[in-house]
Amino acid sequence: MTTRIWEWLTAASSWRGPDGIPARLGEHLLYTGIVVALAALIAVPLGLWVGHTGRGRWLVSLGNSLRAIPTLGLLFAVTLVLGPRITGQLAFVLPSIGVLVLLAIPPLLAGAYAGVEAVDPGVRDAARGMGMGGLQRLLRVELPNAVPLLLSGLRSAVLQVVATATIAAYVGLGGLGRYLIDGLATGDYAQTGGGAVLVAGLALALDTLLALGSRTVISPGLRLTVART
Amino acid sequence: MSQTAHAAGRTPRRALLGAAATASLIALAACGSSSDPLASTSTSPSPSASGSTKAPVVVGGANFSESTLLAEIYAGALRAKGIEASTKPNIGSREIYLKGLADGSLQVFPEYTGALAKFYDKAYEGTDPEEVYAKVKAVLPANLTVLAKSSAEDNDAMVVTKATAQKYSLKSIADLASVAGQLTLTAPPEFKTRPQGIPGLTSTYGVTFGTFVPLTGQGIVQALTNGQAQVANIFTTSPVIAAQDLVVLEDTKKLFGSQNIVPLVAKDRAEELRPVLDAVSAALTTPVLVDLLRQTDIDKKFPKDVAAAFLAANGLG
Repeated sequence: MTTRIWEWLTAASSWRGPDGIPARLGEHLLYTGIVVALAALIAVPLGLWVGHTGRGRWLVSLGNSLRAIPTLGLLFAVTLVLGPRITGQLAFVLPSIGVLVLLAIPPLLAGAYAGVEAVDPGVRDAARGMGMGGLQRLLRVELPNAVPLLLSGLRSAVLQVVATATIAAYVGLGGLGRYLIDGLATGDYAQTGGGAVLVAGLALALDTLLALGSRTVISPGLRLTVART
Repeated sequence: MSQTAHAAGRTPRRALLGAAATASLIALAACGSSSDPLASTSTSPSPSASGSTKAPVVVGGANFSESTLLAEIYAGALRAKGIEASTKPNIGSREIYLKGLADGSLQVFPEYTGALAKFYDKAYEGTDPEEVYAKVKAVLPANLTVLAKSSAEDNDAMVVTKATAQKYSLKSIADLASVAGQLTLTAPPEFKTRPQGIPGLTSTYGVTFGTFVPLTGQGIVQALTNGQAQVANIFTTSPVIAAQDLVVLEDTKKLFGSQNIVPLVAKDRAEELRPVLDAVSAALTTPVLVDLLRQTDIDKKFPKDVAAAFLAANGLG
């Protein structure tokens, strides 16, 4: 089986055309990018606000409870309800993107909130003592200090979305999930296995990239603290 | 605080990666030990139980409602005659479930003559019902056979909405040739590679669609009626054709052949099952089947209940 998966992965025919690996990989990355961007737009400002003001902590608990929702089940339910009400490709795109955004929100929200929450009270007091206003404190003191946890939230969000974006293929969209579903439907297990390997590889590659990237963004002063632990 | 939170942030991810790596190793190991995933998940009797005729019969079903209904009808009829039978519906496509029959984890499966003949002989192009039935008997693997075929037929069809048919003046599949490039086809994923699927449409009719959206079951009907696709692969017995006023494009070149319903059975159980299942096939007709499917698909009744009512009405239950 391992050799058959390898043969499929290395066959020239697997790399050509609109259902070739480069095209599917591109679709997969596109879905992941859109989903994480949308989720970050919602979750990061919210998390910062909760952490900064200390108000609305229930939002973070609510976000965490979202993790319990089975993404695939929700996708089927949303497609059934929304399907007849939306025309065109949007009927497939909207439910898929929507459920994946719900999946990506909890880690991002928790990361942003915990990052701000965890800032040393002494540092906050110093900033206040220097005469900084609320917004200044948030943007110039709390946010830079929150970056490590924020990025760790981003990393888990990306990892989860990359691994789960395969479900878009259930509702007829592309992405690497196509190989899993088409392979199962036609009994072509080499294709299914190859698709699974590609998804896992992509997740690992993106996580490594983000890990390396976060080193360069985190302030050197914070890095020292992290190194000491 | 910062440090503990940070550590907490890292641990689950590592655990997750570790678990994922372990899971993939296990999965690969499982793949290595058996080439057929069905064999390892099946709860049915082991393939070696070929000698004992007392072993319960497992009736399989493919992943569409008619197959589920037929499986319930077969199993119900067998139980009524004292043969222990269970169903295993929703297995998947022909490419998957035929392996389950070959390795003995299923003993009975509702099948279609033309599709079965074409599965074992890709080049076969016969369309006459009797000839196709004879062909099926000839090409089946040694441990499988078919019982009497029913007059009920359920063929694949290219279906469009009335509006689409009028817009492009479509009557037969051949009429699609000039406009298919602008249209989207929806069908199950396996349609993409089947000889009687997209490759057949291209070679027989010169029809190549602009886009292909792979969906299953009710998703196909929904995509057609909501306009996400203009052409759909729907079965001729589907009750939605009448309910939604859809147009079945005529298969003038007989790409989809004859598709009489026939029980595919394990050869070593054939004589025991024959009287029961032949009586079922005799009672089934195309209009009866359409009516039963209207009850399951549109009235949303349980396939088991519809099957029981059908069997009772025909003195088979």
